[in-house]
Amino acid sequence: MSLDKIVVTVASIAGMGFTYWFFLAKKEKEVQVSGSIDIAVEGGYTPEVISIPKGKSVKLNFLRTDSTVCLEEVVLGDFKIRKYLPLNQKVVIEVTPERSGEFIFTCGMNMYHGKIIVK
Amino acid sequence: MNSDKKTFSIKGMHCASCVAAIEGSLKKVDGVLEATVNLATEKAMVTFDPERVTDERLRSAVSNAGYQALINEEAKTESDEEKEKQKELRDLRIKVIVSLVLGGLILWGSFPGIIKTAPVFLKNFWVQLFLATPVQFWAGFAFYRATISALKHRTANMDTLVAIGTTVAFGYSAFVTVLPQLVIKIGIEPMPYFDTGTIIIGLILLGRYFEARAKAGTSEAIKKLIGLQAKTARVVRDGKEADIPISEVIIGDSIRVRPGEKIPVDGIITDGESSIDESMLTGESMPVDKITGNIVVGATMNKTGTFTFNATKIGSETMLAQIIKLVQEAQGSKAPIQRLADSVSSYFVPVVIMLAFLTFAVWYNFGPSPTLLFALLNTVAVLIIACPCAMGLATPTAIMVGTGKGAEHGILIKDAESLETAHKIKTIIFDKTGTLTKGQPEVTDIIPIGSISRDELLKLAGSIEKGSEHSLAEAIVRAAEAKQFMVSKVEKFQAIPGHGVEGVIDGARVVFGNKRLMDKESIDIGSANKEISGMENNGKTVMMLGIGNKLVGLIAVADIIKESAKEGLAALQKLGIEVVMITGDNQRTATAIGKTLGITRILAEVLPDQKEAEVRKIQAEGKVVAMVGDGINDAPALAAADVGIAMGSGTDVAIEAADITLINKDLRSIATAIILSKKTMRTIRLNLFWAFGYNVILIPVAMGILYPFFHLLLNPIFASVAMATSSVSVVSNSLLLKRKKFF
Repeated sequence: MSLDKIVVTVASIAGMGFTYWFFLAKKEKEVQVSGSIDIAVEGGYTPEVISIPKGKSVKLNFLRTDSTVCLEEVVLGDFKIRKYLPLNQKVVIEVTPERSGEFIFTCGMNMYHGKIIVK
Repeated sequence: MNSDKKTFSIKGMHCASCVAAIEGSLKKVDGVLEATVNLATEKAMVTFDPERVTDERLRSAVSNAGYQALINEEAKTESDEEKEKQKELRDLRIKVIVSLVLGGLILWGSFPGIIKTAPVFLKNFWVQLFLATPVQFWAGFAFYRATISALKHRTANMDTLVAIGTTVAFGYSAFVTVLPQLVIKIGIEPMPYFDTGTIIIGLILLGRYFEARAKAGTSEAIKKLIGLQAKTARVVRDGKEADIPISEVIIGDSIRVRPGEKIPVDGIITDGESSIDESMLTGESMPVDKITGNIVVGATMNKTGTFTFNATKIGSETMLAQIIKLVQEAQGSKAPIQRLADSVSSYFVPVVIMLAFLTFAVWYNFGPSPTLLFALLNTVAVLIIACPCAMGLATPTAIMVGTGKGAEHGILIKDAESLETAHKIKTIIFDKTGTLTKGQPEVTDIIPIGSISRDELLKLAGSIEKGSEHSLAEAIVRAAEAKQFMVSKVEKFQAIPGHGVEGVIDGARVVFGNKRLMDKESIDIGSANKEISGMENNGKTVMMLGIGNKLVGLIAVADIIKESAKEGLAALQKLGIEVVMITGDNQRTATAIGKTLGITRILAEVLPDQKEAEVRKIQAEGKVVAMVGDGINDAPALAAADVGIAMGSGTDVAIEAADITLINKDLRSIATAIILSKKTMRTIRLNLFWAFGYNVILIPVAMGILYPFFHLLLNPIFASVAMATSSVSVVSNSLLLKRKKFF
């Protein structure tokens, strides 16, 4: 095998490994919430994983600053909420989880994800 | 003390609890006398002392509750949002046109076959670089912006794939243009691929443009419902009539409605009568005649008469607001069938990027010469062909159209799961009274036995039943009152559950009830047996009156079967669904009613608290069971069933207990709801099959899996055509549901 082929092969394997590590092996930072939390909507959701107590009402204040079409809606399917997020305007979504578990929230096209952990 | 009133918009409201939170916060402000918040209009109305309360204090009170008050400024309305969307679409259209025109010129100057006809300057690589640069970095800017912000979160999406794919094509082409000698040195002809990147960007933006337009159509039902709301109400206060904004109407207001006007809120007619078109909410095309005492519903249209009504429900409490809330919730809910797409979507883009690396390595190592070019173009094709959006849109768009379509016809579906379960229903249990029948029994036969007269018999029965709360008693009392009989005084009245009533009238002991009561009292009914069974066989409920221990008469009561019942049940049977009737009536009466309606499986003499157990028994047979009831008395049975269907009555939409609410109260709508569910599920399955199949088949094709066998490769430009059409076709397929006829 010529040198260039070895370089390309190694670089491709490294690229695959990096892709796996970068996107799929990331550790999710869990943010504990009581009462209310601001969630920045820009290239995803910050914070991405929030933990809330069961039976308590929590306000999720979404503020979208990213004009990506996909992010213009946020969907909390388990809470039956699909909400339009106008650009640069805070939208408050109140949830009161009745059961514990992990519930994802996504953008309108299911491309960006966040998670609500109910304990 | 001076008081002032102010109405202002509030941003960020979502649910009824927001209303309470904002009202509470506003009322805490020193000087605020009254604060009411309307969820439907997203407005607050505050009465306050102007010397103590400033706009700033109101604003901060709302802000403390977590919302935004827009005092002295107008909230962005639905139409503003619409304008914003229109502007986005316009910008997108310009980008599509510029990209495709410039891309087309580059293609003309570089694509084999047509290149011969192109003017010389278009064949110049530097000109092509000049034309491609704005497309890559201006039209394609959105892809970069989305990619960069997603990378900050260590996530990737479709934009990431497009950005990488087109950058690779553009970067290689720019390199070839600027440093052609270097490329020649490694044995490759210096040929740029500016056409690939520009046309890909143009086509993907074009797909996005069509997708955005189509997607707007999926939420049309909500817009239509919101549009039904009246803007003003003609309120009569202190003898004066005035048109006021609907947000200022309060409960108890007297509202005048003239012919051709929209009824602003829910209420009860206090004066006048009219014919009202309720089709916008119930789907029922025939206007309904309403008189004093009848309920009127906001957003329906007054046809002929003028009347005044008393407002009983306003703002978020009105039927229209509840319907909007329900449909919005249903459209935001998740269908179980979506789970697969959910789990795939998180891994999809990173996996495609990994496949792109793999493609490059394999083609570079094992591909034909020039390996670098093959590796490059196939990698770009893999990145471009992948379309995760189609998977994300497959289920929700169909759910949105399906639930919206139901709402337009008076069928309210609580959530996506109910819509999904409805297509699996094998058995439907109908509660008899109030569901199959009108729930207003009437006296049909009065048969005196012995010397007593008909009138005397009815008078005695009416007197003793006066104290009873049973629904059949009501019919007898009504019949007695219709003849204006004076009710006799009853002493020692007693109701015996499951039997009837007893008491003493004019010194004589009178018992009135069913056969069980007569047996208990040892009253012989042998002589009347034939008449009793004859009437029961006709679906009538027979009650017997005994004085002392002698039978003196029979009174039969029957409930009227709803006009839509027979047709509705036949439609279900045609769908292969087993129909069961459940009732507290005796077996013979129930069988007779069942026979009229064509029902063979009848559960008679079931006490109200046993209905839930009966539902579970049928479920234990392995069937998916729906229960149809009035939504209030049958709540446990409705909740126990796989799908609870409530017949909405008046303004009481029994949302909580039921999965599906028929506000049109038409039994034929049950079959319609099931057909709607079946068609929606078929659309979802087709969408998912298409979205998954598309990626599963075309990604390997783009990787070049067909090359060893057929020497077939996917040109990245064709990949972008496929990708642009895939999500558009999914959304369009969902929109086709709108055109299907169910009714």
